[in-house]
Amino acid sequence: MIAFIIRRLLATIPVMLVVAIFVFLMLRLTPSDPAAIIAGDNATAEQVADIRNKLGLNEPIVTQFFIWGSKILRGDLGESFFFKKTVAELISDRIEPTLSLSLFTILLAVMVAVPLGVLAAKRHGSIVDRMVMGFSVMGFSVPVFVIGYSLIYVFASELRWFPTTGYRRIHDGAGPWAYYLVLPTLTLSVVYIALIARMTRTSMLEVLSEDYVRTARAKGQIERKVLFRHALRNAAVPIVTVIGLGIALLIGGVVVTESVYSIPGLGRLTVEAVLARDFPVIQAVILMFSFVYVLINLLVDLVYSLLDPRIRY
Amino acid sequence: MSVEPNIAASSSPLTAVPAARRQQSSMARAFRNPSVLIGGLVIVIMVALGAAAPWLGTINPTEPHTSGRNKLPGSEVTVRDDDGKPVKIAYRLGSDNLGRDVYSRVLYGARISIFVGITVAIISVIAGMIIGLFSGYIRWLDPIVMRIMDGLMAIPAILLAIALVSLFRAGIGAVILAITIPEIPRVVRLVRSVVLSVREEPYVEAAITTGTPMLKLLWRHVLPNTIAPMIVQGTFICASAILVEAILSFLGIGIPPETPTWGNVMAAGKDVFYLFPHNIFYPGVMLALTVLAVNMLGDGLRDTLDPKLAKRV
Repeated sequence: MIAFIIRRLLATIPVMLVVAIFVFLMLRLTPSDPAAIIAGDNATAEQVADIRNKLGLNEPIVTQFFIWGSKILRGDLGESFFFKKTVAELISDRIEPTLSLSLFTILLAVMVAVPLGVLAAKRHGSIVDRMVMGFSVMGFSVPVFVIGYSLIYVFASELRWFPTTGYRRIHDGAGPWAYYLVLPTLTLSVVYIALIARMTRTSMLEVLSEDYVRTARAKGQIERKVLFRHALRNAAVPIVTVIGLGIALLIGGVVVTESVYSIPGLGRLTVEAVLARDFPVIQAVILMFSFVYVLINLLVDLVYSLLDPRIRY
Repeated sequence: MSVEPNIAASSSPLTAVPAARRQQSSMARAFRNPSVLIGGLVIVIMVALGAAAPWLGTINPTEPHTSGRNKLPGSEVTVRDDDGKPVKIAYRLGSDNLGRDVYSRVLYGARISIFVGITVAIISVIAGMIIGLFSGYIRWLDPIVMRIMDGLMAIPAILLAIALVSLFRAGIGAVILAITIPEIPRVVRLVRSVVLSVREEPYVEAAITTGTPMLKLLWRHVLPNTIAPMIVQGTFICASAILVEAILSFLGIGIPPETPTWGNVMAAGKDVFYLFPHNIFYPGVMLALTVLAVNMLGDGLRDTLDPKLAKRV
């Protein structure tokens, strides 16, 4: 087991290395001079030259990569050109809303989607099944911001149950914090619910025709336990996989949701950085989100072996 | 974002779909599939609306009218044209904050969305197919290419697209490129998995033994097996690309704001959304319908053309 964990950890190194090389090359791949991009349109030649020196752009490219990489590994993500702060400060300012929104969404989505998928599989072909599948196709097709504005229109603008936009920090009180996150969470979870419910249904359908499910029913086990103890445990691996892979979808959704609800999180920061062509921030955000995504999928792999003792490494 | 079918596709060990004859009959079956028919019909309507936009009572979709700002659907405004003559404008679906006609912008927007969707699908499938064919066939190349693809896939697709658009001057070409690159790795993995399984087939071994040159072998014996899964995958990529284009435009980092795209109409309307929801509502409905139709087409094609894949989803 420990050997497996170590091997899996080592396997993420080449992936993150490719991500790092890509993020590093991002600026160099542009046809124009990165120093000129950073300096902006009104910069003088001296300012551009100054930035070139500061960035070490006169060094050979491999040297540049190692200098940049070792800084990143030491936690030095550079300085934002636009916000006039270090990128690390900027990220720590903005991480709380994003983390809150994502955790709420994952919790809600798993709690709703798994039972929905189980129900759809149990009543395969019924109206419930069709509704779940219909919802799932809809969830993939309706863009996040359309869902967001529809919810704002109904629940904030018309019914006035929830605030339209904004965010309250958790140390200003957990009540307002959760209250402001209700609509964003609902918005973001739709596509995630669609994804997980669909995979749960497929995986359960496969398992429900197994002999041990029939045996469990034959010995008189109550249906709830048949479904959740016997069937779901065996169907869990693809479901957990899709929860992990769906994080990519979630990160994309966070960017849009935070823009719709004016939440000052990392997603909003990404858009602001792109609009301002603030490359150190863009690079840092991509590195961080990708790292989180890879890390979560590593954890998912490790969770398999706990869920399913049949898997041997 | 149809990430879910992608996941299913990349994780399924596809075995060869015997070519030519079987495909013809499954093509015929595809045209009788209800999902294919309904999805196809809606797509045809959208294409027709976009193509016939100039003859459907539209006015110049990019021309602002100062006296016609933020009008509700059904309003009529009299403006003066270049010669000073009064011209009556009927805002069937209202106008945006610059007085541009939402009806015209939404109809013309269909052109951009569909164009971007189809272009991205074609380019990413062709590029992915070439890389995948060689990567799957040439043993020493395979690990290198797959590490690069793993790295690219570790960056959440929308984030990668956002990062890429930040590198170029805003424009439709940059947007297409930025959406295409994140889609390629999934195509590569799918093609490669087909190649790996086909490579062990007796007819391929026979062709190798008789000294068929590699390019001819790939073209004649391997490529035809990838056609069916590629049509299915291309359809899902098209749906995803339409959504991502709208998201980029909506965030203000995609196609320049004066160009009529559904995302741009919604972006222009987001600040006055509470008073004038028509700016979000009409393009949102068109966008959702189109993506839904393309996804339905994809589901139907997958069920009929690629039954091995259908069983797993």
